[in-house]
Amino acid sequence: MDPVKPSDFARGEAHLGKSLLIRGELSGSEDLYLDGQVEGTIDLKGNRLTVGPNGKIKANVNARSAVVHGKLEGNITASDRVDLKHSAVVTGDITTQRISIDEGAYFKGGVDIHRDAPKQEVVGAKPEVTPASTPAAAGASVSATGARPAPIAALDPRK
Amino acid sequence: MASVAYNVIKFLRGSTTSRDESTAALAQRVTRRSSGMSELARTLGSQEGLCILDLGATSPSNIRYFTEHGHKSYSEDVLLASLDPGLVIEDEQGNRILDEKRFLAENLVYPAAHFDVVFCWNMADYLDESLVKPVVARLWSSLKPGGMLLAFFHTRDAGADAPCHRYHILNNETLELCPIVAHPEAGRGPGPTRTNFRLQRVFNNRHIENLFRDFASIKFFLARDNVREVLVVR
Repeated sequence: MDPVKPSDFARGEAHLGKSLLIRGELSGSEDLYLDGQVEGTIDLKGNRLTVGPNGKIKANVNARSAVVHGKLEGNITASDRVDLKHSAVVTGDITTQRISIDEGAYFKGGVDIHRDAPKQEVVGAKPEVTPASTPAAAGASVSATGARPAPIAALDPRK
Repeated sequence: MASVAYNVIKFLRGSTTSRDESTAALAQRVTRRSSGMSELARTLGSQEGLCILDLGATSPSNIRYFTEHGHKSYSEDVLLASLDPGLVIEDEQGNRILDEKRFLAENLVYPAAHFDVVFCWNMADYLDESLVKPVVARLWSSLKPGGMLLAFFHTRDAGADAPCHRYHILNNETLELCPIVAHPEAGRGPGPTRTNFRLQRVFNNRHIENLFRDFASIKFFLARDNVREVLVVR
């Protein structure tokens, strides 16, 4: 797995290192970088969650955006966007407005794109065309067309 | 199961060679026109909010295509899941087989009549023999009445070494095929150690009709690249 450079995550966000294990409810009002293990729930409404390459998360996530380099087992609800990097292993359902999945990422689950705002984008990564997998260069974008069904709050249970 | 799958994934990816293999795989990508996809695209383009299940390797292109059209996309790599070493059991004669009950308890777990469209791609050609019929039966129950399933089957002319591909949807009628490169020591469950996904068998038309006999209709498209496309409707 490629290491995540310090520049990959924003300054000022909280950082939980790879030796940490948290069980329970994790909530906050600032961006969070997680490289350890979390079992429970993560609620960062309005903020960004980054799961580092060593991160092992077993939790439902609620955030503005989520960037996953490591392993995440649980449902992700992001009001803005979700980025699954090439080393990501994600099992669960994703509900968001935009999603980017790098080539090589593993994903098992459902994707439900909801568009509340009139000009939102759906982004799909195509590294063979745009090797730099930054969100801005993550692939073609298209504008949403027409009215969409209301977002599904809870997707069907798998187990 | 997820942790096992994670380890399998890490194992298949290898370490230092995975980048080289990925690069080689990128170089071998080919595109082909798909009559089955073209026919399905008419349904996908005329309706919104469909539930679509993609059973191939995770494809950003496919997820993008489905969600762009306003559908809900589900991804599940059944072939990869079948490599889980925990599925291997012994039957009464001591033969090593895959535990189909456990496989179905951990995979393809969806409500009945949930999906409008299922993309099987070439899964059936490479899936262990013991899992093919149970998986098709599970897909039948997961499809809505009138739901459609697209599957690809090699013809005998393709040869035993026909590569297993992941399929990326480029547009309404064009697919991009990328060979799936597994780790050289990746096991295939009860069988001998294999260097990659190997073609398990070649289905002829009668086999395919039997496989999908519970479905309401079946339509064949024979392509030039020794692949038979099959579109079935529940």
